[in-house]
Amino acid sequence: MTPLLQVENLSKRFGGFVALDGINLEVAQGERLGLIGPNGSGKSTLVNCLCGTLHNETGDVHFDGRPINGLQAHQRTHLGMARSFQLPRPFHTLTVAENLRVPLLYTVNTRPGAALSEGQIEARCRELLGLVSLEHKARKMPRDLTQVEMRKLELARAMAADPKLLIADESMAGLSQSEVKDIVALLIRLNERGITIILIEHIMSAVMSFSQRLVVLVSGRKIADGNPGDVIRDPEVERAYLGQ
Amino acid sequence: MRNWQFFLAALAVGIGAYAAARLIGNDYIYFAGYVVLQFVVLATAWNILGGYCGYVNFGSAAFFAIGAYTTVALHKFPQFSSRYLPEVVNSVVATLFPLPMPVLIVVGGAIAGLVGFGMGYLTLRLRGVFFAIATLALAVVLQTLIVNWDYVGGSRGAYVIRPAATPYFGINYIEYLFLIMLLLSIVAITVARSIERSQLGYGFATIRDDELAAEATGVPTLRLKLIATTLSGAFMGMAGAPFPFYIGYLEPSSAFGLAYAVNAIAMPMIGGTTSWVGPLLGAILLGGLQQIASVTISSAVSLLIVGLLLVFFVIIAPNGIIGLWHKYFPSKDPDVVERERSAEAT
Amino acid sequence: MEFPVELFINALIAGLLLGGFYAAVTVGISISFGILDIVNIAHPAFIILGSYIAYIVNQRLGIDPILTAIIVLPVFYALGSAVYQVYYLSFEKRGQEALRGLAFFFGLLFVTEVMLILVFGVDYRYVQAGYIEQTLRFGFFDLPLRMLIPFVISILLLGGLQLFLSKTFTGRAIMAVAQDQLALSLMAADPIRIKRIAFAISIATAAIAGALLIIIQPVEPSVGREYIGRVFAICVLGGMGSLPGTVIAALLLGVVESITSTFYGPSWAPAVAFGFLLLTLAVRPAGLLGR
Repeated sequence: MTPLLQVENLSKRFGGFVALDGINLEVAQGERLGLIGPNGSGKSTLVNCLCGTLHNETGDVHFDGRPINGLQAHQRTHLGMARSFQLPRPFHTLTVAENLRVPLLYTVNTRPGAALSEGQIEARCRELLGLVSLEHKARKMPRDLTQVEMRKLELARAMAADPKLLIADESMAGLSQSEVKDIVALLIRLNERGITIILIEHIMSAVMSFSQRLVVLVSGRKIADGNPGDVIRDPEVERAYLGQ
Repeated sequence: MRNWQFFLAALAVGIGAYAAARLIGNDYIYFAGYVVLQFVVLATAWNILGGYCGYVNFGSAAFFAIGAYTTVALHKFPQFSSRYLPEVVNSVVATLFPLPMPVLIVVGGAIAGLVGFGMGYLTLRLRGVFFAIATLALAVVLQTLIVNWDYVGGSRGAYVIRPAATPYFGINYIEYLFLIMLLLSIVAITVARSIERSQLGYGFATIRDDELAAEATGVPTLRLKLIATTLSGAFMGMAGAPFPFYIGYLEPSSAFGLAYAVNAIAMPMIGGTTSWVGPLLGAILLGGLQQIASVTISSAVSLLIVGLLLVFFVIIAPNGIIGLWHKYFPSKDPDVVERERSAEAT
Repeated sequence: MEFPVELFINALIAGLLLGGFYAAVTVGISISFGILDIVNIAHPAFIILGSYIAYIVNQRLGIDPILTAIIVLPVFYALGSAVYQVYYLSFEKRGQEALRGLAFFFGLLFVTEVMLILVFGVDYRYVQAGYIEQTLRFGFFDLPLRMLIPFVISILLLGGLQLFLSKTFTGRAIMAVAQDQLALSLMAADPIRIKRIAFAISIATAAIAGALLIIIQPVEPSVGREYIGRVFAICVLGGMGSLPGTVIAALLLGVVESITSTFYGPSWAPAVAFGFLLLTLAVRPAGLLGR
């Protein structure tokens, strides 16, 4: 079966600084991929390039069999790619529940045969809020949420877009151990429903318990790609990342 | 309240206002009322792009002038065609022209909307500030073009004689213009209100709040921004279309005047940009204020007052009069309280 | 048809001289917008203010406008400092820059223009100085002194600023604050103070630009608005905060405007600037993520 995501030779520069250098990556349908690397290694830049927020200079990206190189961010979301932002970016003049309406209205509803009714949209919002335990905050404004709650909202908003591929960019920073476990369990449940997930995290316990495959990025280059157990024992990985 | 219900309610209010005006019996009320209603349309139009989407348009005068000069151009067309075009065409023209006011408004609005679309297409992919700067430059450039275009009078200006009476009910022309502008304002605020509560309104709000996140959640931001720019420009053009008949003599400095540029921004920002009520409130208050000040002091001073109020409100009360109202007279509905408290703190 | 070489060369020279002046007008924006990312569209208003001050002093006391500008520099510096304080407290601190900051500066621009209209009326004002009427002639080259002297002053101004920005601690701090506020504060320099100094400097340049403006052409209150398109076009094309870039872009615009003006008529000049602006925006798209 064709991989859901195929990245070939992707590079991105900012002026003279090379943020990403010839990245090659494949993600299979239904896979749980972990992506780790030191700060500044290019993880978020990679996510931005994949999702269309940034434009990569070189490289081909294929999603679900189609080339997506020229597509704008919202088009990629419509195709089934969703992401959460590392620093949460909620819509601050909309309530928590309304934040979830946006992807339902603008992504889910645009897919052929979708056409959710108002009642269905509200039910879906409640369901999503329930998944991240934010039902009681449905009518609050984002600025009234704690940091942790904002991260959960961020994740819920990405999930609301009903994606084929979900990229969770450091959604668990600041969460307690039990909350981390809850989110990991949630993500695994989503994965069991068929959603392919790329998890970008620093919290090693989460990464190890979640990932079926692990990719390591250092200074814009992929230095390891494989079974999580093998990867963390790779001496180069230890030296570049874990040893710090 | 559904949209058509709101439209009828507003229409009822409008009829009431007209009846009151007739009772007063002085024609001046129509002259002053026309200007205030014109500003209602301009302010509401500006707010669709500025308040809902967060993209500032400094060149409102340009779109207004497009509407005005389209009317002038069409007004002069019969003369032009009788002189330069073949008789066949000219006879058709003679039967169609002079075009009725509603047609002029639609054409003026269409062309202004087109210009808005074109400019948006060129500049909306960039940061909001570049769009704002481009709108400023647009006003200057358009004025240059008009000044160099002799057909519409160039810098000398153009006369458009107001007919003495209309074919409808024998009311005089200024009353007719007043009614037209009244209807246009009602349409404008109905459209603005219906956008607010629609899916389009959510999309606009996400663009204003965080455009990057909006794109990531699937909102086609460029398309929505173009819709807003086109709609906004079109309404401004529609507001400008009857103007040459109102004023009788149109020349570039009055069409592109300072008054339009600052009022289109000050009225929504002072009234409050979050809903259709703000521009309406701002237009009525500031428009009325300027009418009074122009008569008692001078029009330059009244403009100065508007400018100072704008700076003052932007610094002290960024959510405008609506914001102040919600602060001192909080609503009982917990949702609204929540929203206003949040907006106040931002 | 014979190509009018003399006319062309004189238009070229006039364009270069004009461009030099445009650089002085733009350098304030290069600092406030290019380096500090503050969209001060009221900058032309400060320039016109400078012109009118030069006009009054010249009328009453007969003092040369450039001298006046130098004398009032500290006043403009203080004014810039005050404006930045208000801007910072009202907008930057609250993270509200976008819409409200723009509206604030637009309000300032507007209020300044209207006040000038109220005080001075809409008649054109000009200054008297010995050199304004004179022109140096070399063969068929014309170098009107009223253009040459502003050109020289501009180049001196830009040269001085470039030295300041690259050689002094404060200057380098200003360049640094644009890139990394945190790093700067770790170096024991207060980023807010540095930004305030930079903004104050940008307004101070308006005093000089204003004096040069009224030497080159008679002014009336709405002249400022004609410069907005030019100034931002030059700033963007010149690479935002780069002073040498500003000079080159300014010279380019000056030449194109001058040649258009000579061969197609002066009333088309504002359109040239707009065309420039659109061109620069199309060629150097900033994109949603910024520069």
